[in-house]
Amino acid sequence: MSTDAIAMPSTAIAPRPIVATLHEWVTTVDHKRLGILYIIYALAFLLIAGVEAMIIRIQLIRPHNNFVSPQEFNRLFTMHGTTMIFFVIMPFMFGFANYLIPLMIGARDMAFPRLNAFSFWMTAFGGLLLYFSVVGANGLYGAGNAPDVGWFAYAPLTSQTFSVGHSTDFWILALLISGFGSIGTAINIIATVLCMRCPGMTLATMPLFAWLNLIMADLVILAVSPLTAAQIMLLIDRYLGGHFFDTQAGGSAVIWMHFFWVFGHPEVYILVLPAFAFASEIIPVFSRKPIFGYSVMVGATIAIGFISMSVWAHHMFTVGMSSAANNFFVISTMAIAVPTGIKIFNWLATMWGGKIEFKTPMLFCIAFLFQFLIAGLTGIMQGAAPFDWHLGNSYFVVAHFHYVIVGGILFCLFGAFYYWFPKMSGKMYSETLGKLHFWIFIIGFHLTFDFMHIPGLLGMPRRIYTYEPGRGWDTWNFIVTIGVFFQAAGILVFLGNLIWSYFRGKAAGSDPWDAWTLEWSTNSPPPAYNFASIPVVKSRRPLWDLKHPNDPDWNYE
Amino acid sequence: MNATSMTMTEARLEWNPSDRGRVAMLCLIAAEAAIFTIFVVAYVFYLGKSLTGPLPKDVLSVPIVYTICLLSSSLTIHFAAKSLRRGEIKSFGVLWLATITLGAAFLYGTGIEWYRMIYKEGFTISTNLFGTTYYSLVGLHAFHVVVGLLSLSIVMVFTLLGRVRAEHAERIDVLSLYWHFVDAVWIVVFTVVYVIGR
Repeated sequence: MSTDAIAMPSTAIAPRPIVATLHEWVTTVDHKRLGILYIIYALAFLLIAGVEAMIIRIQLIRPHNNFVSPQEFNRLFTMHGTTMIFFVIMPFMFGFANYLIPLMIGARDMAFPRLNAFSFWMTAFGGLLLYFSVVGANGLYGAGNAPDVGWFAYAPLTSQTFSVGHSTDFWILALLISGFGSIGTAINIIATVLCMRCPGMTLATMPLFAWLNLIMADLVILAVSPLTAAQIMLLIDRYLGGHFFDTQAGGSAVIWMHFFWVFGHPEVYILVLPAFAFASEIIPVFSRKPIFGYSVMVGATIAIGFISMSVWAHHMFTVGMSSAANNFFVISTMAIAVPTGIKIFNWLATMWGGKIEFKTPMLFCIAFLFQFLIAGLTGIMQGAAPFDWHLGNSYFVVAHFHYVIVGGILFCLFGAFYYWFPKMSGKMYSETLGKLHFWIFIIGFHLTFDFMHIPGLLGMPRRIYTYEPGRGWDTWNFIVTIGVFFQAAGILVFLGNLIWSYFRGKAAGSDPWDAWTLEWSTNSPPPAYNFASIPVVKSRRPLWDLKHPNDPDWNYE
Repeated sequence: MNATSMTMTEARLEWNPSDRGRVAMLCLIAAEAAIFTIFVVAYVFYLGKSLTGPLPKDVLSVPIVYTICLLSSSLTIHFAAKSLRRGEIKSFGVLWLATITLGAAFLYGTGIEWYRMIYKEGFTISTNLFGTTYYSLVGLHAFHVVVGLLSLSIVMVFTLLGRVRAEHAERIDVLSLYWHFVDAVWIVVFTVVYVIGR
């Protein structure tokens, strides 16, 4: 692989004062800078929420531990969950979508650059507001405390009676404000993908990355809005004396669950579709084959989008719904496994017979395939209502969704980091450190989350701050906590790799992977205008056509 | 392998990103529709579940005249946009002002109904479950009318300053989409609150 001088635009004449650089970043409307802001912001929150998870696990390492108080434990799991979902994974996904979509579809920016900046700052202030609760939740009278109602904040825990002070209000407002940001970004992504594609790029030839993010954005619009509505209702209850979720006045606590999970389950797909998007770009490039079954992949994605809107109440089997409702949600939950399975088979078929290069991004994607499959299988187990009646609210559930979010989504995210780091920074990451990160992290992941299923099966409920010895849970909890330290070490290697490579890495060149999508046709990092001239494409792999003029893809599509 | 940047074949820009405003507005409308759906579901779900009075039929009076005002404002904005496309700025301004007046009349109607209920009958958002769902659903709609009126008024100011020209017709179309949505939501809210719920 040749790595000769990359053509950096030589705009920097004299070193700029740091205030000017900062001002440039704060006022930027460039999709690449906003993408990087999203990613750095999410990395910061990943560290915060990761430390929260470590404290939770240290508290549970042995029975009757006193590392944190029960009250602090409640705050920790609430903040860990809320932060990871809303201020880590979502900003990561929006960041990558922002950075990559215009580059992949041959556009110079998103459809609405200023809306883009507005959305980022809304998300950013939402996260800051959530953490401001730590000092501000009791108003100005003294130290505050963080929200402690759990990340799905079931009623009546959120009523004035049980949530005194303002901690719950900070939680509501943080999600409301970042929700506006998410909806803004979703609108922007849809308008960009539909209206800003370069000449020749049809919906049927645009990269799968754009397709998956388009469906993700649709889901954001349809799912985050109900959450916004529910949060407004909660605010009305708390501040105007409303009775939406007030059972004393005839209100219903169950309807909060419905409103929350109408958001909550599509949210899982909002998080996982961009992860699928990463896998759909990385796996073909490192298998040296085009993606298998492009149109089926698109169809499966759309099917997932539709079905994901009708599975929410599988989070609620244990609250006692009618058997008709139970049956419906069992069947729809089973149904969504079908398009997801199609995707897994397509990725496998892409690898089948390919000349696989085991670079770090590919390692993460292969691990993702195995782990996401297992996560899906435990999902089907709990999708069966009778089984869920036994395991609902247990550590089995916790293990299942962490398998999805860490084993599936986070692994793909790491793959994406390594895959696009050369494009974003212009530098190659260290392959040795990358592989070290992979192996340490995968050991930690399996120690933690494989063994977490077992105390769940043995009846350990989630969200307990300690437990009695001699229930058969002790050893498992010990192993689970040990795994966390491996994961933390992996994350440190990852961050070290990013920082070291950014300053010391070799120049990457514009196309280090010999890849096929348009972002690799421009400089690394791309200039502010992305493309000197707007590209024209004729197939799904424009760079393949360019490199192989005798055997272009459009002959076969 | 090619490590320097590749220049893709250059071409004339054939694509037209001018549709992005319309696409974005339709997305925003979808998001707003989802928010309204949740409030309407809550309203319907809680119908007749209040533990204390008053009931909807005790306090609500059907605002027929004001509903006609709001719905006819959809017609005036439609013809306003049409005039602008033809470049008839004067008739655009008149029809636009008519739209604002009709919208404001609707808002006035909501205002006096709320005044009567709150000050004369003592029926507020915290009285019972019906009050909570009624004021939040109708209030959410009224909030959208306010946002719409503010946007319409900004355009009105620009029209009076002579800044609105025929080439802005597409933007006006996008804004009128929002106004049509506000009217369409009222049909749903009216049906649920004043026809089914009463």
